[in-house]
Amino acid sequence: MNNAHPERQCGHAFQPSELDRKLIVATQEGLPLTARPYLELAEQLNVTEADVIERMQCMQDAGVIRRIAVVPDHYKLGYTLNGMTVWDVPDEMISTLGQRLGSLDFVSHCYHRPRHLPDWPHNLFAMVHGRTQEEVDNHIEAIVALLGEHNRGHDVLFSKRILKKTGLRIRK
Amino acid sequence: MDEINRKIINQLQRGFPICERPYEEAAKTLDITESDLISRIESLLEDKTLTRFGPMYQIEKAGGAFTLAAMTIPESEFDKVAEQVNAFPEIAHNYERAHKLNMWFVLGTENPNEIASTIKRIEDKTGYKVYNMPKLEEFYVGLYFPV
Repeated sequence: MNNAHPERQCGHAFQPSELDRKLIVATQEGLPLTARPYLELAEQLNVTEADVIERMQCMQDAGVIRRIAVVPDHYKLGYTLNGMTVWDVPDEMISTLGQRLGSLDFVSHCYHRPRHLPDWPHNLFAMVHGRTQEEVDNHIEAIVALLGEHNRGHDVLFSKRILKKTGLRIRK
Repeated sequence: MDEINRKIINQLQRGFPICERPYEEAAKTLDITESDLISRIESLLEDKTLTRFGPMYQIEKAGGAFTLAAMTIPESEFDKVAEQVNAFPEIAHNYERAHKLNMWFVLGTENPNEIASTIKRIEDKTGYKVYNMPKLEEFYVGLYFPV
């Protein structure tokens, strides 16, 4: 085992162990708010604190855990406008352009997704957030400028209502 | 919001340590005590400034699957169909958006084969076409809201 290469150790096609699965279920609603949260999880699952720390670290190294973090309610913080911007760009340029869009600090998610012609010509999706309409409009203009001639058409879908919002739920 | 809560939200959106005393370690960099950090996170969750605190799972990496899907639903049917769609436990998020495709939802399953069958069940239940838009490539995911 080479500790300098945890990804190699855990593998890219990560197969969660039974303990990993239990840890996912135990933490999908949050991390315990006690001084030793990993010890508390260990006691719940009848393993050692060291086991929990090792598996959590391994899942993080493998990318199964993106990070452990707080998730603010963006509406409460004043970011009330969320626009899903969608763009039709040439497929052969999409990786380059997607990476450029993704590196903008006001873009929270950026993906290549399939078109559904003729109803849906867009293949590049970027979520843009802002506190005012003007702020969001400026962000969209910045993307228009960045894509330049590669932008063959775009649209912005503002959210009107949240109909459902739950985190990941693995069946217990 | 006070300066310390602001710092907590800004800093802990980026990550949190995995070690025996992670709150103590995070608190050091915020210049507060371990117990102060714990009780502040607790109250930020209570007043719903935070929707969550914990690991963010990317379940595709552990064999699961997520997809984004959309439907066009007439205004008069919208609430009824929203209820039908939301009743599927696989639906994680669902948003109404201002567009001809006016209902957009994320569905997640533990097994990738279940995506297609779940979509089929949603179409059968509602009577409306579902446009499946799985991610083909991810360029960036990093929800970060500075306060």
